[in-house]
Amino acid sequence: MLNNNAHLSAKVFADDIEQAPTRDGFGHGAVEAGKADSNVVVLCADLAESTRAEWFQKEFPKRFVEMGVAEQNMATVAAGMAAAGKVPFIASYAAFNPGRNYEQIRTTIALNERHVIVCGMHAGVSVGPDGATHQMLEDLGMMRMLPHMTVIAPGDAEEARKAVVAAAKHDGPLYLRFGRASTPIFTTLETPFQIGKALTLWESQAPHVAILSTGSLSYAALTSARSLEEEGIQSIVLHVPTVKPLDGAAVLEAARRAGRVLTVEEHQAAGGFGSAIAELLAERHPVPVHRLGIQDTFGQSGEPEELLRHYGLDASHIQKAARAMLRVQ
Amino acid sequence: MALTDTEVSMLEKKAEEIRETIVTMLVAAGSGHTAGPLGLADIFSAFYFHILNHDPRNPDWEERDRLILSNGHTVPVRYAAMAHAGYFPVAECLTLRKFGSRLQGHPERLRLPGLETTSGPLGEGLSQAAGIAHALRMDDKKNRVYCMMSDGEQEEGNTWEAAMFAGKYKLSNLTAVMDRNNIQIDGMTEEVMPLEPLADKYRAFNWHVLEVNGNDITAFIEAVEEAKAIYEKPTLIVAHTIPGKGVPEIEFDYRWHGKPPTQEEGKRFLKEIRTLGGRVPGDYA
Repeated sequence: MLNNNAHLSAKVFADDIEQAPTRDGFGHGAVEAGKADSNVVVLCADLAESTRAEWFQKEFPKRFVEMGVAEQNMATVAAGMAAAGKVPFIASYAAFNPGRNYEQIRTTIALNERHVIVCGMHAGVSVGPDGATHQMLEDLGMMRMLPHMTVIAPGDAEEARKAVVAAAKHDGPLYLRFGRASTPIFTTLETPFQIGKALTLWESQAPHVAILSTGSLSYAALTSARSLEEEGIQSIVLHVPTVKPLDGAAVLEAARRAGRVLTVEEHQAAGGFGSAIAELLAERHPVPVHRLGIQDTFGQSGEPEELLRHYGLDASHIQKAARAMLRVQ
Repeated sequence: MALTDTEVSMLEKKAEEIRETIVTMLVAAGSGHTAGPLGLADIFSAFYFHILNHDPRNPDWEERDRLILSNGHTVPVRYAAMAHAGYFPVAECLTLRKFGSRLQGHPERLRLPGLETTSGPLGEGLSQAAGIAHALRMDDKKNRVYCMMSDGEQEEGNTWEAAMFAGKYKLSNLTAVMDRNNIQIDGMTEEVMPLEPLADKYRAFNWHVLEVNGNDITAFIEAVEEAKAIYEKPTLIVAHTIPGKGVPEIEFDYRWHGKPPTQEEGKRFLKEIRTLGGRVPGDYA
C-alpha cells in the first residue's frame, strides 16, 4: 500500500493526474534558487527555451549567460565563475552535457571540486522523435564514476524543482538529470526530499520483491506495485532519486525485507543505477537482482511511450519482470 | 610607469633564481618538463615580483589578481616563482612529483594554496579565466585576470570557444599570455599543426593583440601595462620565448619539451645559468 509519509498526490492513481516534464522543475527551481541567492547564475548552450533556462533568463537577465553551442566552454567558464564565488547551473542536453564536455567536467569541476551544477536535459529514450543521437543513456554511469560528484535523477517535476533548490545550497559538484516528455507529478509540496535519501512509495506487509527505481520511471514502478498486489504479489517500491551517494541503509533494508530486487531506469542497464544497486548488494547483502534498463543498444525515433514499451521499460514490462523473478525461485 | 634599472636587475636576478630552482627540482624529480618552464622564467619573475597584486601569506585574499596556468605541464616555473615569492619554502620544490607532495606533476588547486585552478589537460585555462573575469565583472570587482597558455594548446577547440566568449563579453579585465615557443611534444608547432597567423586569428575573434619578446622582462611588463589601458576588448600578448632559455645547449630543442635533466646535465645547466649572471641574451629577432 501507499506510504502515507511520502505525501503523494491525491490523484496518484487517477487518470487525470497532473503531468509536466521534469525540465519544468528545473525552470521553476532555478528561478527559486536565483531569488534565494544572488550568486546563482545559469549558463546555457543555445537551448534556453527547451531546457527552461529561459525562465531564469526572463527573471534575471544579467545573471543568465548565453554560451552559444559550446558545451566544453560552458563547463569550463562555469568552473571559473564558481572560482569567483558564483553558483553556476549549466544547462544543455545530456548527450552533450556531460556527453560532449566530460573531460572538462572531470578536470575543472570534479577534480577541482567546484560547486557547479551540471544539468543534463532530454535524457533517456523518452526524448522521442529526435532519435538516438539525442537520447542520452550513459550519463548516470559516466557521472557516478567521478569522485566528488553527486548524481540525482528526479522522479517528477515537483521533485526536480526541490532538487534544483537543494543543489544550489549543496556544496561541491552535482549532476542533475531531466527529461523532455511530460510525466505524472506523483509527489507533492509536502513530499520529503533530501539529497542522498531514498523515498518509499509503496510498501506491502510481506513483500516478495523490492522494486528500486530512479527518475520518472518510478511512477511506472508505483502503478506496477498496485497491479501486482491485485494478483497477489506483494512489493516495496523504493524511489531513489540520488544515484550517488546511494541511500545504502534504505536499499539494504528493502533488499532484506523482500529478498529480491528489481531495478528500473531509463539508462543503459550496464553502469548506471541498477549497477550501483547490484554493486552494493553483492558486497553487503547478496539477493537475486534483475536490472531493467536499455540492453546494450542505442535508441531510435518514435513517441516516448512506444519507445519505453519497445525497450521494455513501461509498467507492463516491470510487472512481467517481477513475476519472472518470483517464478525463478 | 617605466621600470628603473634597479628594478629590472632585481627581476632578472629573480628569473635566474627561478631557473636554478627549475633545474634543481627537475633533476630531483627525475621526470617532468624542462624547456617550457625555463623559457617562461622571465615572465613568471615579472608576474610574481612586479605585475600581480597578491599576498603570498594570504593566497585566498579576495582582492588578488588571478593568474591561471592553462598549460599545467609548465608548472615547475610557477612552483619555483611561488616559492621564491614566499608561498612556501624553496626546499619544498625538491618534493616535485613525489608521493605525498603538494607539488603534483600537474598542478592541483586543492593541494596547494595559490594555484587558482587544477590544470594539465590543455585548452581549458582560457575558459576558466574568462569565467572568473566575467563573474568578477558582474560584481564590479577590479581584480585583473591573467591566463598563461601555450601555443600548442591553440590546437584545442575549447581554446577558440573561450576566445569567442571573451570577445563577445568584451572581457577587458582579462589578459591572456601565449607562450609562443614554437615547440610541442611531437615537434615544431608549424609542422605538427600550423597555427599562424595567430595574432590575426585572435584579432578576428575581437581581441586586442600585442607581440613581444617574452624573454625581455621590460618589454613584457610594458605590454601588460598597455593591456590594462584597453577597455573594450580582452588582450592577448603573444610572448615569443625561447624554449630552454638560459641553458644555451638546449635552447630551441623540442626534444627537451618533456624530459628532465640527469644529475650530470643538471650540474652543467646550473653552471650555464650562473655564467649568464641573470642576463639572458636578447637574441629573439
